[in-house]
Amino acid sequence: MLEIKNLYVNYGGIKALKGINMEIPDGKIITLVGANGAGKSTTLKSIMHLVNSASGEIIYNGENITKLSTQAITQKGIVLVPEGRHVFAELTVSENLKIGAYLRNDKEGIKSDIKMCQELFPILKERKNQLAGTLSGGEQQMLAFARGLMTRPKVLMMDEPSLGLAPLVIKDIFNKVQEINREQKMTILLIEQNANAALKIADYGYVMEVGTIGLEGTGDELLANQRVKDLYLGKSS
Amino acid sequence: MIVMPTLAVFLQQFCNALLLGSLFALVSVGYTMVYGILRLINFAHCDIFMMAMYIAYNLIAVALLPWYVAFIIVIIATALLGIVVEKVAYAPLRKQNAPKISMLISAIGVSYFLENLATVVFTGRPKTFPQIDLFVAGLTIGPVKTLRLCIIVPVVTAVIMVLLLLLINHTKSGMAMRAISKDLDTSKLMGINVNKTISFTFGVGSAIAAVGAILWGLKYNQITPTLGIMPGFKCFIAAVIGGIGNVKGAVIGGLLLGFIEIMAVTFIPSLTGYKDVFSFILLIVILLYKPNGILGEKIAEKV
Repeated sequence: MLEIKNLYVNYGGIKALKGINMEIPDGKIITLVGANGAGKSTTLKSIMHLVNSASGEIIYNGENITKLSTQAITQKGIVLVPEGRHVFAELTVSENLKIGAYLRNDKEGIKSDIKMCQELFPILKERKNQLAGTLSGGEQQMLAFARGLMTRPKVLMMDEPSLGLAPLVIKDIFNKVQEINREQKMTILLIEQNANAALKIADYGYVMEVGTIGLEGTGDELLANQRVKDLYLGKSS
Repeated sequence: MIVMPTLAVFLQQFCNALLLGSLFALVSVGYTMVYGILRLINFAHCDIFMMAMYIAYNLIAVALLPWYVAFIIVIIATALLGIVVEKVAYAPLRKQNAPKISMLISAIGVSYFLENLATVVFTGRPKTFPQIDLFVAGLTIGPVKTLRLCIIVPVVTAVIMVLLLLLINHTKSGMAMRAISKDLDTSKLMGINVNKTISFTFGVGSAIAAVGAILWGLKYNQITPTLGIMPGFKCFIAAVIGGIGNVKGAVIGGLLLGFIEIMAVTFIPSLTGYKDVFSFILLIVILLYKPNGILGEKIAEKV
């Protein structure tokens, strides 16, 4: 279980996170939704220690990992698929997958995981020798997702996987998220502006409002909540 | 003004150009690798190159070690020097997210420090680099009279470059280097140990510069504490001409510079006194037409 306890993050004078509390139990899909600039990405970045927190703790399986290096956190099995894909444009598709397995030394396991990723996203097999920068946005998101899986994460955190993608591609990616969660019992922390899609697949959700958690509840509860409907889902839903 | 050389002279100068170009290439890759990974122009690189020559001099001429033992120690010691420079002068700045310009100033500081350290420790009086017959004996091929170095240097350079490209393109460390040079934060997310990889890059770049320094010493004999500056400038230019950050580019730039410098003097002997100017003219001309350098093209990235 990953726990965030009373986390504060400042960017200069700006308070980006003002005391966040979250629990991400093993094997669940947890989502963090909210508007642009609410602090969702900052939360993930501070879990990975890509930004420094001012106070508060991040606990993973009882161990305080707040001050560990990004590398050490990755080694513990917490993996972030960053916002905007960030695939290595000048590496090939297969190199991108291999670099996801950078911390691993089990040659056979890496091989079979590459195969697993290629079955999950057949396009990655077709394009394996192409430079990642030449893929379309949706294909890059699939590659970033697969690259994350190559690390064999215990907790996979995804930052806005739907960003800038066509609805059909989004649907496909969300289906894969569910599939991975179901079949590999992988814990997923999903960050989304697309609250509707995210809450539909989530076991539990948090709604972020400018640096704090405004609401929380199961996916269905939040989908039914009037306030969430008004603010994040639009009138029609 | 233009003098047509005889075939023998031309071939001889061709060998010289290849030799000089290879030496430039060996030092250029150090600039380009560090720039590639840290976006830093490591001004201290030319002085690491100079220090390597003094270390070699002291091991061979003073400590009287056999040359092959000395060469190995020089390469290792220089690699360590490069790593120490990074740990002392750049890593602390990196840790505090200092602006790039601060690192650059730090690099200039290290450069002056090493030059003055060498002056204090080795004195400013020029020293004669030990001449090892195996390398500097004369070599006659048909009409061409030259040194064995003219064959040895290009061959050694070619071997090192092939090994370096294999390292960069086909090993895990190489992949980490390429990843960090493109996207630092995402590389961290892959679990890549950034500090270790940067140290490794400095070590490799400095070790290759050490090979360049030994060969440079064998060819040009005299060493002084400020000796690194001019070759350093030219090798930096070579890296920029080739497209800084690109190892193949640094090799092409180095060879190009070597050929321009030697051939200009071969064909226009009256300009011998201006030979250093050619590198700079070439730099300006190339940058006017290819601002990113010869191989420095950017791959379009879809967003």
